[in-house]
Amino acid sequence: MTRISVNVDGIAYQDDVEPRLLLVHYLRDRLGKTGTPIGCDTTNCGACTVLLDGRSVKSCSVLAVQADQCEITTIEGVSSDGTWHPVQRAFHEEHALQCGYCTPGMIMASIDLLKDDPDPSEEAVRDGLEGNLCRCTGYCNIVRAVRRAAQEMRVTAP
Amino acid sequence: MIPASFDYLRPSTLDEALTMLAEAGEDAKVLAGGHSLLPLLRLRLAYPAALVDVGRVAELRGVADRGDHVYIGATTTHDEVVHSPIVKEHCPLVALATATVADPAVRHRGTFGGSLAHADPAGDLPSVAVALDMEFVVHSPTGRRTVPASGFFLDYLESALEPGEILAGVRVPKLGPGWGFHYEKFHRTAQAWATVGVAVAVRRSNGTVEEARVGLTNMGPIPVRASGVEEAVRGAEAGESLREAAGRADEGTDPPADLHAQPDYRRHLARVLTHRALLSAAAHPTG
Repeated sequence: MTRISVNVDGIAYQDDVEPRLLLVHYLRDRLGKTGTPIGCDTTNCGACTVLLDGRSVKSCSVLAVQADQCEITTIEGVSSDGTWHPVQRAFHEEHALQCGYCTPGMIMASIDLLKDDPDPSEEAVRDGLEGNLCRCTGYCNIVRAVRRAAQEMRVTAP
Repeated sequence: MIPASFDYLRPSTLDEALTMLAEAGEDAKVLAGGHSLLPLLRLRLAYPAALVDVGRVAELRGVADRGDHVYIGATTTHDEVVHSPIVKEHCPLVALATATVADPAVRHRGTFGGSLAHADPAGDLPSVAVALDMEFVVHSPTGRRTVPASGFFLDYLESALEPGEILAGVRVPKLGPGWGFHYEKFHRTAQAWATVGVAVAVRRSNGTVEEARVGLTNMGPIPVRASGVEEAVRGAEAGESLREAAGRADEGTDPPADLHAQPDYRRHLARVLTHRALLSAAAHPTG
């Protein structure tokens, strides 16, 4: 067992974990953060994407021990005081989901993408989300939602 | 799947890492970003007894301008390489190829040295390493040695790293002004490995190609230089003769057969992609 200290969605945790425990299993099985789903388990689909120290990562491909002393944000930590994150709201308003399984990962990857590029073209959104698969193939509305969120975030930015 | 159990060791210096690796024995593996190793562990294709996590060894990370070459620390992430002003200015081919590795989330974790040490011929960086004659700086408990890219890749997933050795960083020689670069890759889906990739650097002067370096991805068990093309383009006009030269791209290669392509199709791809890469590189000389 290895002792880790992490901050997940604003709350500090200390836990003893087996070194082989994957971050996604730690989040779901230990902390009950089941908002982060497991899709392919092979680093392909991006459904399990979370932010690790602010950057998008696939949590099925990171060991919990590698996240020691890091800050993690999951889909459960992006809203504040009951108000959705602009990306969440845009996904809702543009109906950017069909079955919804890829949605948490899509939203986390989009939040990271918009940090680098606050006004992405359609092509930039498609490139930026290439690591996130929508098995329902509902990409048109997803791209639309990310661009809508970008616009709203630019308007509300101080 | 869940990986088999292993001991986890986290050194904070390179010396400590070398000691830990030596003490852990032959069944230990070095863990950096883990984006090649962890998938292998999860598929239980590998079950090391111990992992030495070099992810927090500060001296292994970062990019430095060292005069005649650029030094890229082994655990520098792909994302850091792509956004490094030093890499962009002095070895743009590295930035171009690295930007096509997998997808953004993978590039945030995966490391430059890790993917080279993994020695996957379908990876994008090994062909760039041989095209640019990079040098690999390898540390062991008894000292340090330098391995040229031409001697680093031995076979499929097999590098010249001995048990107990750690790749500390890579020297990328600066080519100087007048060179143009391109990395052309064919893959079935956005984040898939290259079916075939071609890394090209071309030095042009007055409409004539003076010199070219061409590295091939996934045209055999190790990355190779397309020396036939390099020979044929020397002194050629940057026009139709490039197509003719690219026709020699698959000379001496041993492309694999897999679900994505048969060898003859890969040979065809190598010729077509090399032509495109030469045209593109010759059209945009820098400096």
